[in-house]
Amino acid sequence: MSRNPNAAETADAWDAVVRFDDVSMRYGREPETLRDLTFSLPQGSFHFVTGPSGAGKTSLLKLIYLAARPSKGLLHLFGQDVAQTPAEVRPFLRRRIGVVFQEFRLLDHLSAFDNAAVPLRVAGAKPDSYRQDVAELLTWVGLKDRMHALPPTLAGGEKQRLAIARAVVGRPDILLADEPTGNVDHEMGLRILRLFLELNRLGTTVLIATHDQDLVARSGMPVLHLEEGRLVHMGQVPAGGGS
Amino acid sequence: MSRRGGGGPLNLDRWRPAPFLPERDTRDSALVFVVAVLCFLACLTALGVIASDRAARGWSHQLSGEMTVIVRPKANETPDSAAGRAAETLAGVAGVAEARALEREKAEALIAPWLGEAADLADLPVPRLVAVVLDREAPANAQTLQRALQARGLDAVVDDHTTWLADIQRGAAIARWVGLGVFLLISAAAAAVVAFATRAGLAARREVVELLHLTGAEDAFIARLFQARFARMAAGAGLTGALAAAALGAALRLGGGGQGLTPVLPVAWSDLLAVLPCPLAAALVAAVAARLTAASLIRELS
Repeated sequence: MSRNPNAAETADAWDAVVRFDDVSMRYGREPETLRDLTFSLPQGSFHFVTGPSGAGKTSLLKLIYLAARPSKGLLHLFGQDVAQTPAEVRPFLRRRIGVVFQEFRLLDHLSAFDNAAVPLRVAGAKPDSYRQDVAELLTWVGLKDRMHALPPTLAGGEKQRLAIARAVVGRPDILLADEPTGNVDHEMGLRILRLFLELNRLGTTVLIATHDQDLVARSGMPVLHLEEGRLVHMGQVPAGGGS
Repeated sequence: MSRRGGGGPLNLDRWRPAPFLPERDTRDSALVFVVAVLCFLACLTALGVIASDRAARGWSHQLSGEMTVIVRPKANETPDSAAGRAAETLAGVAGVAEARALEREKAEALIAPWLGEAADLADLPVPRLVAVVLDREAPANAQTLQRALQARGLDAVVDDHTTWLADIQRGAAIARWVGLGVFLLISAAAAAVVAFATRAGLAARREVVELLHLTGAEDAFIARLFQARFARMAAGAGLTGALAAAALGAALRLGGGGQGLTPVLPVAWSDLLAVLPCPLAAALVAAVAARLTAASLIRELS
C-alpha cells in the first residue's frame, strides 16, 4: 500500500491515531454522505469538525467510533486498518474511544452515577477501583447533588454533562464529541471546553463536532471543515472566522 | 442502586453497580403471562398423555389376562350343567387361575342390548358363558383350553379377546401418538412464543445493546446479559404454568379417588412429576432465543 500524498497533516500520518485515506461513506443505497476524505489526526491533537447541518459531521464521528463502515477507502485507527480488524478486537478499539453522543444515549433505568460508570464496568474494572474517580468527575461537571438521579429527571444541560462525564471517565485515547455544548449555558460551555483541553494536554486526541463558532474561536484549535460530505478545509480557522 | 427519581449526594461506601438490565419491566408482564399459559397447556397435555397411556395399558392387561368360553349344551344336558362341566374342566388346566360359569341372567344381560327389550330371551337358546382368569406368570393359550374342552366332549368356542385386544391396542396407540403430537405441538408453540417474545423484549431494549456495544462491550458480554435475564423470566413463567397444571392434576386425582377423576383417564401422584422439567425447558428455550437474537442485533450494529 502506498502512502497517500494528500495526507494533510504535517505530522507523520503513519503515526496518526486516526487516518482516512480517500474514505467515502453512504447509508444503504443513499447518495454518499462523506466523499473522498483524506486526513490524519496525530496523537494528542485537538480539532473541531465544523460545517453546516447535513455536511457529514456526525457521520465522520460514527466512522471513527466504529458505528459505521466506510463504503470506500481505508480507515486506520491506532495504526490498524479497521476493515481488516477481527470482530473480537473491535470492542477493545472502542474502549479506547470516548464518545459524547448528540442524543446523549443515557440509560434511563440507571442512576447518573451508574451511567457514568458504564465504560469502566464494560472494561471489567472493579467498583472499588473507580467509585471515587466517578464521584469526583460528576462533582467536577456539577452533578454532585444529582448522582442518584435517573436521566429522565435531569435537565437537558445535566444530561449533557453526564454524557460528557461518561465519555471521559475511562481516560480514552480519543475523545469524540458531537455538539457537546449544545444544551449548556455559556459558562458551562467554557468549563466543558477547559475539560477537553485538559484531557488533550494529558495526551488524549480530541475531535469535537460543533456549530459553536465562538467555542472554536476561543479555543484557537484547528478545524476540519466539511461541506456536502467533502473536507474543504483543514487547519486554523481562516481570518474573519469564516469556514 | 438507582433510587428512582432521586437526587442528593451519594454514599460511596454503600454504592453497588446496578444491573445493566432492569430487574423488573412492565413490558415483560404480557410475555410472562403467555409463557405461563403455554407451559400450563403443555404440562396438562403431558399429564393427559401419561394418563391415557396408563389407561390403555390397563385395558390391554385386563383383556389379555382373561378369556371367555361360549358353551353350547348338547341334547342330553342342560345349559347349566354344560357350563358347570366346562368351568370344572378349565379350572384344572395348567395356566388357568380361575374358571367360573356365568349365570343365565348375566348371559342374557350381555345380549339384551343387541336384541332389544321386546325380545323374549326365555324362548331363545342363549349360550352359556364361562369366564376364565389366566395365571399371570404362565398363562394358558386358547388352543390348550379348546383341546381340554374337546377332550371332555364339550361343544364350546374359546374367545381369547384377540379381536378386541387388537382394536384396543390400536386405539391406545393412536391416542398415545395423538397426545404426543399435541404435546409436541404445544411445546413447539410455547418455544416459538418464548423465542418471539424474547426477540421483542430484546428489541425494546435496543438502546442498552447499542450503548454497551459502542462503549466496548464484547458481544458475548451483551449476549450473556440478555440470556440470563430472559432465562430467569421464562423459568419463573414456566414454574407458574407447571404448578398450575400440577394443581389441576392433583385435583383430578383427589376428586376421583384411586383411579383419578375417571377410570378412562387415571392420574397417579407420580404423574405430577412430569411437569418438573417445564421451567428448565422454558428457560433453555428463552436463553437460546435471547442469545441468538442478541447476536443478530449486535451483528446489525457492527
